[in-house]
Amino acid sequence: MQEKVIEVRNLVKKFGSFVANDHLNFDVYQGEIFGFLGANGAGKTTAMKILCGLSAPTSGEAKVAGFDIYKETVKIKRNIGYMSQKFSLYEDLTIAENIRFFSGIYGISPSDRKVKQEVLLKNLDIESAKNSLIGSLPLGWKQKLAFSVAIFHDPKIVFLDEPTGGVDPITRRKFWDLIYEASDRGITVFVTTHYMDEAEYCNRVSIMNEGRIEALDTPENLKKQYAAKNMDEVFLKIARNTE
Amino acid sequence: MKQFIGFLRKEFLHIFRDPRTMMIIFILPIVQLLLFGKVINTDIQNSRIAILDQSHDNTTREITSKLMSSGYFVMGEELLPGDDVEDVFRKGKVKMVVTFGPNFEQNLERDGKADVQLLADASDPNTARILTSYASGIINDYVRKEKLQNIQLPNQINTEVRMLYNEGLKSVYMFVPGIMAMILMLISAMMTSISISKEKELGTMEVLLASPLKPIQIVLGKVTPYLLLSFINALTIIIIGVFFFGVPIKGSFIILMAESFLFILMALSMGILISTVAPNQMVAMFISVLALMLPTILLSGFMFPIENMPLPLRILSHAMPPRWFIVIIKNIMLKGTGIMFVWKETLILMFMTFVFITLSIRNFNLIIDD
Repeated sequence: MQEKVIEVRNLVKKFGSFVANDHLNFDVYQGEIFGFLGANGAGKTTAMKILCGLSAPTSGEAKVAGFDIYKETVKIKRNIGYMSQKFSLYEDLTIAENIRFFSGIYGISPSDRKVKQEVLLKNLDIESAKNSLIGSLPLGWKQKLAFSVAIFHDPKIVFLDEPTGGVDPITRRKFWDLIYEASDRGITVFVTTHYMDEAEYCNRVSIMNEGRIEALDTPENLKKQYAAKNMDEVFLKIARNTE
Repeated sequence: MKQFIGFLRKEFLHIFRDPRTMMIIFILPIVQLLLFGKVINTDIQNSRIAILDQSHDNTTREITSKLMSSGYFVMGEELLPGDDVEDVFRKGKVKMVVTFGPNFEQNLERDGKADVQLLADASDPNTARILTSYASGIINDYVRKEKLQNIQLPNQINTEVRMLYNEGLKSVYMFVPGIMAMILMLISAMMTSISISKEKELGTMEVLLASPLKPIQIVLGKVTPYLLLSFINALTIIIIGVFFFGVPIKGSFIILMAESFLFILMALSMGILISTVAPNQMVAMFISVLALMLPTILLSGFMFPIENMPLPLRILSHAMPPRWFIVIIKNIMLKGTGIMFVWKETLILMFMTFVFITLSIRNFNLIIDD
């Protein structure tokens, strides 16, 4: 059995009388790619914010990277990476300046930074663009860079909030190559997405609906269980069942 | 600390890379000050007036020459009895017509009173008021000094008006504190609210919040550059005011700077509060302009005297931080008073700062939690 990096037990988050997260229970293991699926408003973002230490739950327990989400949010934040759907780099700064800024926040020493920066630029094959402003780069590059910066400090877990919005399937596929690489290095990937083809790339997926987790398994098992050809069908069947 | 310096470096890069921000921070204050101080000058100089002299005696000629040599007036036209006075105004040639009645000197020496009429073009009421008061001042002065010395008049009362602290009624004395309040509001409140809401709009705020940085560190990092720049601006405005326009600093320079610092802090906390409410840069700018700039200009007493406002606006003006700041600055710069005379206004500014910071913290927590 692999090490659990996220443990969630009976997690509830209420806004007034509205229940955004209704008794969530799940575990995420080290190095796995965990897909967090659900329609808009199903409560994905809320759950993700709680796990990132941005917001406190109403009740329930959860541990991220071994730290308690009530008391140890600073330690959690040091051990996670986060990439929002808006690719989250500064457009008016260059690649090198962005890397320098985020390294500074995570306390990476300048000498470490230089070594890692070279590796990063080489991997993405963008050494020549080191001093270009982010705003001048194509969207696909920006997203790859944003991901690389989000795991620059070698976090245990990286949270990706709909990271591939607005790009074509080929660029998406290339982006997922980076995700696989990170997972091979032992970084756990927690990813929300709208695209059902991406759900197939995950090791396990959970599907949320109206604040509850309705299904959680490998894509293979889910397709068998719901007698579906692909994840799209699985998703639709679950949505219909709960209506 | 290293984290903080890195954050500041990033903020300064944002500022220096954006031409619009640079314009607002470095060019705008100087342009504003020069505009208000030089171009929009409400002081009266060389106004064209017409004289209609029905007496043509020594006294009226002397009065006329007094008026012309005062520097405020120049002769635009000499009218003859029977000329259409309104016609002169309609052509826009002169701003005021001075009419001496018949037998001026004779009447004055015999009865101690004579008729002089000042007709002013009140389509510009401010100028009209100033012109007539200057002219009547000069005439009264002349009559009292030159003519009435030898004549005993019962119960003669002389009213003498002296404009204290700004004897020349120089409008630039009024504009320097006002511009300072306006610029500091603009840079501190508007620029910080825009720069924080920009992070929200671009999604980078979430990344910062998910990093080990504490929210307070993020806010301090965002605010500090503008604190420095605003302070530099306050200094620049004072320097231009003193050396270019000759505005005095009669009180303590250190207290002046300390009060400016307090006002900047107040404006920054206001900017933070706006950014917690505004979802993006556009809204932040809108709120800043509508809620800060216009009231600063209209209700702070900078342009229009608070005493002349209707009661509801007068009450509202109490809630305008620049109102108190302008009082403080004027007291220190023009009257030379110390902290003992402005402690009340200082406390009000401190209280406002405290309120804005408290509200910001409350809002900020709500945002993270939504």
